[in-house]
Amino acid sequence: MNHAIETLKLNRTFKIKKAKDKPAPSFITALEEVNLTINKGELFGLLGPNGAGKTTLIKILCTLLLPTSGTALVDGVDVVKNPALVRRRINMVSGGEHSGYGILNVRENLWMFSQFYGVPKKIAYERIDTLLKLFGLDEFAKTRIGKLSTGMRQKMNVIRGFVSDPEILFFDEPTLGLDVQIAREVRKYIANWVKNNSQKTVLLTTHYMAEADELCDRIAIIDHGKVIACDSPSNLKKLLRKETIVHIEINLTDENFEHFSQLPGVKKFALEHKHNIGRTELKFILENDSAISQVTQALSSNGSKIISLSKTDPSLEDVFVALVGRSLESEN
Amino acid sequence: MNQNFSTHTKTLKLASWLGWKMESNWADWWIFAVYSVVRPLASSMILVVMYWVIAKSGNAQASGSYNLTFMYLGNAFFMFVGNVLYGVAWTIHEDREHYQMLKYIFISPAKMYFYLFGRGTAKLFITVFAVIATIAFGMLVLKIPIDLSAVNYPMLVLVTGIGLLGIAALGVILAAVSMVTAHHSFYLTEGVAGLFFLVSGAIFPIEVLPGWLQKISLINPLTYWIELARRYITGEKMCQVLSSISNLELFFILTLSTLILVYLSVIIYRFFEHLAVQRGLIDRLTNF
Ligand SMILES: Nc1ncnc2c1ncn2[C@@H]1O[C@H](COP(=O)(O)OP(=O)(O)OP(=O)(O)O)[C@@H](O)[C@H]1O
Ligand SMILES: [Mg+2]
Repeated sequence: MNHAIETLKLNRTFKIKKAKDKPAPSFITALEEVNLTINKGELFGLLGPNGAGKTTLIKILCTLLLPTSGTALVDGVDVVKNPALVRRRINMVSGGEHSGYGILNVRENLWMFSQFYGVPKKIAYERIDTLLKLFGLDEFAKTRIGKLSTGMRQKMNVIRGFVSDPEILFFDEPTLGLDVQIAREVRKYIANWVKNNSQKTVLLTTHYMAEADELCDRIAIIDHGKVIACDSPSNLKKLLRKETIVHIEINLTDENFEHFSQLPGVKKFALEHKHNIGRTELKFILENDSAISQVTQALSSNGSKIISLSKTDPSLEDVFVALVGRSLESEN
Repeated sequence: MNQNFSTHTKTLKLASWLGWKMESNWADWWIFAVYSVVRPLASSMILVVMYWVIAKSGNAQASGSYNLTFMYLGNAFFMFVGNVLYGVAWTIHEDREHYQMLKYIFISPAKMYFYLFGRGTAKLFITVFAVIATIAFGMLVLKIPIDLSAVNYPMLVLVTGIGLLGIAALGVILAAVSMVTAHHSFYLTEGVAGLFFLVSGAIFPIEVLPGWLQKISLINPLTYWIELARRYITGEKMCQVLSSISNLELFFILTLSTLILVYLSVIIYRFFEHLAVQRGLIDRLTNF
């Protein structure tokens, strides 16, 4: 049986237009030697910071973008050699955008897409009405898209993904910008859809740790275009079962803490500035508990005042820090 | 094959439905109707006034085929070019930038080629209306001599259909190019429509053009289309350069050149689509 998705040494580079003062165009590597195998029936997450290459991977798998080299198979079909066949098996929704034909109403829009996918009319209408009800959009069925709130619009777009009942469904940041309640509904529906259809597969990207942790059967962590780990959330967290994880908050500072990673007992270290609450959070992956005092001493000799210190169980965020020595939320 | 055919006609229908929704998105139906008729009438009037001024000043040197009927009908039929070409070509820009839906249509099983054609047909219906209104206005108000009983209706409809196919194919070519030239697609469409206005014998007789433009006119399917439409309406040969060619020959040339154009549009579309997918431009926003 085919895998839902299989990539082999997938690469994608982008040529950046030559600037006037530079002699040659430069290249950005968005994906580098990506090997992934996703099984049917899996809810698979791509987790990574901004610019990691998540959207690029989804675009290639959706036939929107060609890889520079390597192979990508979707349901066993090569996305480069036979995009038309791939398109019949997939659908895709990206979050955080203001897309839609404003002149159509919600039901018309969904109906149109169901027809682009050749869903028999009766089934299409039944499916649309069921989905609208499930997502609490039924009272907006006749509302023009242009008049919907951003959250409603995004819910409708999520429904658009399900309307064609694809084999493989791609979501690029499906909950981006949604309020907590709506995001929860969307996650719940996605999870149930995969659970109730043993052969259906979802690939979603996110940079919300909790979302990936809660939702996904397996996760690939990508950074700078490379897959640096791929496993179930619990297995990923087990990577850190021997380490001590300490989160420390200090007052917001732009001081450079780089030398902290050289401290004895510190395996990896990352910091994240939380401007909204005026604090800097330091995350340490330590060899053992005894390294904690090393860290606090170094901080006080640095003149930083510790606001809080907590020893925690590993989260995916800590796994990320341990793997790349950077916080997922940090810029770059 | 059969199933493909029905999928494509379905795509065509859906796209024209969508296009129609967009076209008729007017708060008041009346304003819509008036707008779609009054605007073309007004532009025809400008031409007629220009013609009168030139004719009165006595230097209408190119008399011959260059009479008001020639020009008026040519201009009326050229409305199809402006509207349908524009409708098809502009779809890429609208869907990509304004509605941000191009990528979703693109990754669906629907074929873009038919989708683009479909979006053009919405303009087509409105234009048919406008062309008929313009010709009626010409006859009733401007006393343009047209004998309705002499019109060869079946051939006129057939020829118009073939011409429209060619125009839509041209639109697809422009749409394809605009996939990779986001910033310039507006000028491109305007420019090409303007160029075709010049080299199709719509209002400027081909014989007054410089030699190299005459050559372009003669490989332009629209030249044959407009002349044939005129001939089937008036029953007379109008374009001097084509006066030695019979209706049947013209019809043959039109059909053949349209088929070539359609074929070219498929190839060119594929080429630019490939380029756009390679460069990741299907969902690019330029925000200009
Ligand atoms: N069309 C393009 N032209 C040039 N560079 C591009 C293009 N698309 C993506 N990139 C670059 O490729 C890299 C990966 O981008 P991508 O959008 O895949 O990241 P991402 O993981 O989806 O990030 P985010 O979390 O911000 O959505 C980035 O450095 C980005 O700037
Ligand atoms: Mg992205």
